[in-house]
Amino acid sequence: MKKILVPVLLAGIFWACGGNDSSQNEASGEKPQSMVEDKEAYDAKRGVGKFTTVDVGATLDKAMAANGQKSFDIKCASCHKLTDERLVGPGWAKVTERRTPVWLMNFMTNVDEMIDKDPEVQAMLEICLVRMPNQNIADDEARNLLEFMRENDGVK
Amino acid sequence: MKNSFLYLSCILVFGVLATTGCKPKGTGSAVAGDAAQKAFVPPGKYDEYYNFVSGGFSGQLSVYGLPSGRLFRVIPVFSVDPEKGWGYSEESKPMLMTSGGFEPWDDLHHTELSQTNGEIDGRWVFGNANNTPRVARIDLKTFRTAEIIELPNSAGNHSSPFITENTEYVVAGTRFSVPPDFANGDVPISSYKENFKGTISFISVEKETGHMNIAFQLLLPGVNFDLSHAGKGKSHGWFFFSCYNSEQANSLLEVNASQRDKDFILAVNWKKAEEYLKAGKGEKKSVKYARNRWDEKAHTGVHEILNEVTVLDATVLQDICYLIPCPKSPHGCDVDPTGEYIVGSGKLAALIPVFSFTKLQKAIAAKDFDGAYEGIPVVKYESALHGEVKKPGLGPLHTEFDGKGNAYTSFFVSSEIVKWNIEKLEVVDRAPTYYSIGHLCIPGGDSKKPSAKYVIGYNKITKDRYLPTGPELAQSAQIYDISGDKMQLINDFPTIGEPHYAQAAPAELIMKNSLKIYKIEENTHPYVSKGEKESKVVREGNKVHVYMTAVRSHFAPDNIEGVKLGDEVYFHLTNLEQDWDVPHGFAVKGGNTAELLIMPGETQTLKWVPKKVGIYPIYCTDFCSALHQEMQGYVRVSPAGSNVPLTFSLGKNSDDPKANSPETPK
Repeated sequence: MKKILVPVLLAGIFWACGGNDSSQNEASGEKPQSMVEDKEAYDAKRGVGKFTTVDVGATLDKAMAANGQKSFDIKCASCHKLTDERLVGPGWAKVTERRTPVWLMNFMTNVDEMIDKDPEVQAMLEICLVRMPNQNIADDEARNLLEFMRENDGVK
Repeated sequence: MKNSFLYLSCILVFGVLATTGCKPKGTGSAVAGDAAQKAFVPPGKYDEYYNFVSGGFSGQLSVYGLPSGRLFRVIPVFSVDPEKGWGYSEESKPMLMTSGGFEPWDDLHHTELSQTNGEIDGRWVFGNANNTPRVARIDLKTFRTAEIIELPNSAGNHSSPFITENTEYVVAGTRFSVPPDFANGDVPISSYKENFKGTISFISVEKETGHMNIAFQLLLPGVNFDLSHAGKGKSHGWFFFSCYNSEQANSLLEVNASQRDKDFILAVNWKKAEEYLKAGKGEKKSVKYARNRWDEKAHTGVHEILNEVTVLDATVLQDICYLIPCPKSPHGCDVDPTGEYIVGSGKLAALIPVFSFTKLQKAIAAKDFDGAYEGIPVVKYESALHGEVKKPGLGPLHTEFDGKGNAYTSFFVSSEIVKWNIEKLEVVDRAPTYYSIGHLCIPGGDSKKPSAKYVIGYNKITKDRYLPTGPELAQSAQIYDISGDKMQLINDFPTIGEPHYAQAAPAELIMKNSLKIYKIEENTHPYVSKGEKESKVVREGNKVHVYMTAVRSHFAPDNIEGVKLGDEVYFHLTNLEQDWDVPHGFAVKGGNTAELLIMPGETQTLKWVPKKVGIYPIYCTDFCSALHQEMQGYVRVSPAGSNVPLTFSLGKNSDDPKANSPETPK
């Protein structure tokens, strides 16, 4: 008797409270975005960001490089050495030979998207385990840093 | 037998459930229909409004989202907050200084958002300190306390920090009348009537910077000024204050300040006061009070003591102040969006008197007075009265407005919000609160332009609303949808401290200005290290200054030796990050303060006086990266007189072949 009554009783409660809105968990109508990136579209030489071309001179712009060094001291030197030795992030030696100027400019100014999308940065993240912080580097500041990297790599 | 008894009981229970199961009765079932959908903000979505809620005896101000009731931030204002280092870091200590020294606590009762043309402008929110009278200004770009000014000649600053329609002034008043600071305070308490005075301070707010300054103080009879609101629109230029204890009792006020049938609402013509001030009728009084401002570039509070205030004697200077009789110890004093109606709420009354600004002006012009109280003319009650809302409930406290001709008044004793029509003085709806509501808030509800989608009740008693947590319970708040004709309870949330008044503003007004980082290039802190290259340790006598940087995930330097017993060590931490939401924390073993929490681009200082020889670890307290657990270092403390030289390093391990690498800091 007892065993039969319990479900009946529960049903009674549900019936008694019927009319409650059951649609509150309905999806808001937004379609989930695909997590899979279209790898074909990714340009590994350019990266992703606002820059499509970056003109660098044959010779060094010393003033720009000097300003670049100032930014390096404040925003980069905590994690990057100027040698090929890795500190938190990779050393900067020969970075301008490993990467194109436009890739470097996009990486400095669009850090988070580049970390998420660039296969080589992803591989580097597996080694370093610390995502490069977005240091809010302005476009001209990034250009100065690029010039400083060139100086570090021996451009006169 | 047993079975049939069970059967019977089940039938009974079923019957009761079936008949009463869904009827809103008691505390848990007053929510109906689509309430959950109205209050639900899906994960990843934003709330519609910011709600700035006073923290009462916590001394802080908390920020919630509406309609979700989610807590976003507790802004430290008048009380120390070890979580954020507020009142513990060397930079924030000056913000809590008063004329009587460092005050680690106060009681923040009311919040008020700055306005331009009578509308919320989203720039600042003000808060009052009820114990040691002060007013604070919080910057809504940074959600930080930017300035605190102390009020001389005052006690129990309760009728504050209400503002005029262009934030020309923030006001402050004496809930506890006292002998002014410039007079002898060593008098018998029983000489209240002779020696105790009330004051109302008008604090000017500089338009661009928000800097506060006491423009003038009105000297008034010794009564208790309770709450206030500025006139607006047609009544701009006036300010209205409720006052009780016109009996001037100094003991057992519960009984002795409730003798008269009517106390007063004080109407202040502050434009007239400005004229007297300009004409040099103010008297400069020698007093002592603190003003503390936060320098956003130096990341440091600057404390100063001021020594003079200008006082206008409103009992002698004509036409500044008038008293309107108001029944039964008025509490709330609220002005409707048109500026025409002033609602007084006698907290012991069973009616709500509504005064008319137009009728008040006529009565003043016609000198339609009922004598004077201590030199201030008393306007005849009926001459200023628009009308009374009869039997609205018990114990009216506060009123907010919807801009559609309705007022919403909280009733403490009958525990409800009552909606009534201002013009017709008729009750149109009522909703119970859980329990004993104090203040209430409609976004923009005291401005010219309310955004009347919700009303929130802040309750004094919680009892059974939430899971019990021992004798002490969080204060409860409830959100009602008021977009329709009827108030609908849609959400219930616990709050910090004891909220009194709260204000709310549309999210888009505030969020667009929210700062993400402090630019490291603009940091002018005297002990900043702009990059690890500038990190160092410097000894000045027995003071050791550590210029230290933090970045994901190390400190520079992280090994320090040569500190001796008797030294005072100052860790000046600069967070080199320039990314949103990457603070670093800092703590040292045995530090008798709190942690530091340093925002990107900021410098903060922790003072540490080691008491024992040994090795002391330091570490980052705010999880910053996958290598956060590695963000640590050591400080060696040697005996006084030791000859261990002062050295510091980063990356030098004893058996590390790179120990002398030229790139590592010295």
